[in-house]
Amino acid sequence: MIEQGHDSVTLRVFRGDASGGEGREYTVETLPGMVVLDALHTIQAEQDQTLAVRWNCKAARCGSCSAEVNGRPRLLCKTRLDEFVGTIDVQPMKTFPLIKDLVTDVAFNYEVNKKIQPFTPKEQGPFRIMQEDVDRVQEFRKCIECFLCQDVCHVLREHGQYSAYYGPRYMVRIAALEMHPMDAADRRELLHGDAGVQYCNITKCCEELCPEHIHITDNAIIPLKERVADVHWDPLGWAIRRVTGKS
Amino acid sequence: MIEPFETRPHDVLVMGAGGAGLRAAIAAKEAGADVGLMCKSLLGKAHTVMAEGGIASSLANLDPQDGWQVHFADTMRGGKNLNNWRMVELFAKEAPDRVYELEHWGAVFDRTPEGKIMQRAFGGHTYRRLCHVGDRTGLELIRTLQDRAVALGIPVYMEVTATTLFTDGDRIAGAFGYFRKDGRFVLFPAKAIVLATGGWGKLYQYTSMSWESTGDGAALAYRAGAVLQDMEMLQFHPTGMLWPPGVRGLLVTEGVRGEGGILKNSKGERFMERIDPVRKDLATRDVVARAIATEVAEGRGSPHGGVFLDITHRGADFIKRKLPNMYDQFESLANVDITKEPMEVYPTNHYTMGGVRVDAETGSSTLDGLFAAGEVACGLHGANRLGGNSLSDLLVFGKRAGDAAAAFAKERAAGKVPESAVADEQRRVCEPFSREEGENPYALHRELQETMQQNVGIFRVESELRTALNDVLTLQRRVKNVRASGSQVYNPGWHAGFDVQNMLTLAEAIVRSAIERKESRGGHWRTDYPQTDPEYGSKNFITTRKDGTMKISTLPIPPIPRELAALLAEGSPTREVRQKT
Repeated sequence: MIEQGHDSVTLRVFRGDASGGEGREYTVETLPGMVVLDALHTIQAEQDQTLAVRWNCKAARCGSCSAEVNGRPRLLCKTRLDEFVGTIDVQPMKTFPLIKDLVTDVAFNYEVNKKIQPFTPKEQGPFRIMQEDVDRVQEFRKCIECFLCQDVCHVLREHGQYSAYYGPRYMVRIAALEMHPMDAADRRELLHGDAGVQYCNITKCCEELCPEHIHITDNAIIPLKERVADVHWDPLGWAIRRVTGKS
Repeated sequence: MIEPFETRPHDVLVMGAGGAGLRAAIAAKEAGADVGLMCKSLLGKAHTVMAEGGIASSLANLDPQDGWQVHFADTMRGGKNLNNWRMVELFAKEAPDRVYELEHWGAVFDRTPEGKIMQRAFGGHTYRRLCHVGDRTGLELIRTLQDRAVALGIPVYMEVTATTLFTDGDRIAGAFGYFRKDGRFVLFPAKAIVLATGGWGKLYQYTSMSWESTGDGAALAYRAGAVLQDMEMLQFHPTGMLWPPGVRGLLVTEGVRGEGGILKNSKGERFMERIDPVRKDLATRDVVARAIATEVAEGRGSPHGGVFLDITHRGADFIKRKLPNMYDQFESLANVDITKEPMEVYPTNHYTMGGVRVDAETGSSTLDGLFAAGEVACGLHGANRLGGNSLSDLLVFGKRAGDAAAAFAKERAAGKVPESAVADEQRRVCEPFSREEGENPYALHRELQETMQQNVGIFRVESELRTALNDVLTLQRRVKNVRASGSQVYNPGWHAGFDVQNMLTLAEAIVRSAIERKESRGGHWRTDYPQTDPEYGSKNFITTRKDGTMKISTLPIPPIPRELAALLAEGSPTREVRQKT
């Protein structure tokens, strides 16, 4: 299949479903600048049409093609083949239930999202807002919902706390709403309750691999933790009560 | 034998969850209809996310002289007057409300120093008119509408392949398809359907469009009996990425030129000064795309056969703030630092102006109960779309179609879908699995792309169009024998077979219309008929299905009312202002 004079690459791609599966090796011809997703498309077109991979824009804008390349959660459309030496291992995201091959069921994310109170405007527009007051919110709104942060989050991935913590993506969404200068809602009870912001132990794994370079932990989660602490843990009030004996 | 299938009845079914579909679903829901929203990908991933430059809307936040009249005139001129003038009028008047509404739903646009929505210059727009968020405006739009739709509790059916529209007599009755996740069949009986399925860039090898853009909605509508219009009108965006080959066709936003980027040929000459001394690099897209193709054809191209786009003079800080995605895209995919070196670009297929013929006020197609909005619909953009007009199109006509569909559903009872029709369709959809031998849909797709790229590109000539027609007709015969293997569970080869069938239907309409339009206008440039012919400027080309075969005819464009014509006349205020700037 590979003509002489052409470069080629070998990928070991997970094939299977919830009942089990294994890595299967494919060798494809390459062109300069090809990404892992291109190689998977070549496999579909020339070797196995049933290989399942979710994708859409192939321009790192839509966040559909999330998977794990050599163990690291990545966008397949933004991961160049020439980054690697030797066989490239491609696995589905581990945190979500497997549908088939590289496609997982990400419904958890959409369900969690529904529970967040939407933007609640303080006043009728058009708004007067200064750029410096929305810089932070705009950083959060760069999120393409690739769910890689959810995939790498220990709370979800290792501890399976799906019912206790919404995950980094939704901390970012809540932060974008809470810090919007024209939003009138208060989501601190949600954060402390259902959303479970306290479960994050700030390992910053999500922040490290965000393809949009959003400072998920530093700019979203830590400030949210501080806001929640303001209502739910008030050490000064506690000390005063201790001294005065008043409740 | 009929396989089990789910039934999901709704007053209004919206097909497609990009900007137009989401806006239509929101409108229909707010109007009191029971709405279902069906899409091909996951929610929030539709092609709208790829829109970069902005939403054109005459808010006049920077240039107080702007107003709907100027936006109207710019859009008509950009479309070489082939536009449906009533659509353009509604569009130009309503776009500002639709933008402010987005802000009210949580969209966070870039701001002016006074704290208003920021607007940027763009090709063919007299004033700074594009409301934007850096170079990711489409993402902001889709996320805002998605949040709104979720808050309204609209049920969303994700990752569905729609295989047919059912009619009952001369009206729409429902849609049918399957969930890709598990191959489960689903029938959506609906009183009204809004098509918002986008364009068909995947007909071309080099396109800025996403996976979804295979024109399913337009092909399904045509087969169900709706009429298509001006199918020859395609837009090639002047600046697609060119190198390395793995990324060829990826969009380089017009925002680069809007923010001061300059096109140069291999001699370092700013060739757009020669072609359009007034607008230069921000001439309309059809003009710039042809200019670039000509520079390359005449031997003044870059090393990989394109031209250079240079924005280095704006400085690294500015570029990284205003065009962060472009910076990142070139750095990670092409090893090019656009703050230090020019980009290499070449035109890429970007937009389909043609599509389902619709009524201006309601978006209703010629098939009762079937509405269309956004890129799948035809009329607003005429022969060439201005950058930024697409996003406001989605909002204005998405809302109008949603409102109209809800009103239609209130007045009318549901049509009937006989079980035998469902059984027949199921049988057809499963046929690819029954073949021992057959065609590979990916191979057919590749062959289609090659002939379209080669023969139905920026410059067209009858002999090449005839070659393309022959190729398309041959491929149409072959696709009937397409084969799928494996199971119905998330099987991309199976889905690809339907995509290719849809694309082949539309390819035939494009080529046949392109042969008939014997003139050059906007996105349709005939080297054998290089003049713009006023005779052709007064008619739309219509594609209809009669007895299973495709017929091309024409319909006259209704005369434009005097008050609108005055906005376009030489010497009108809009015209004089442009010449001064």
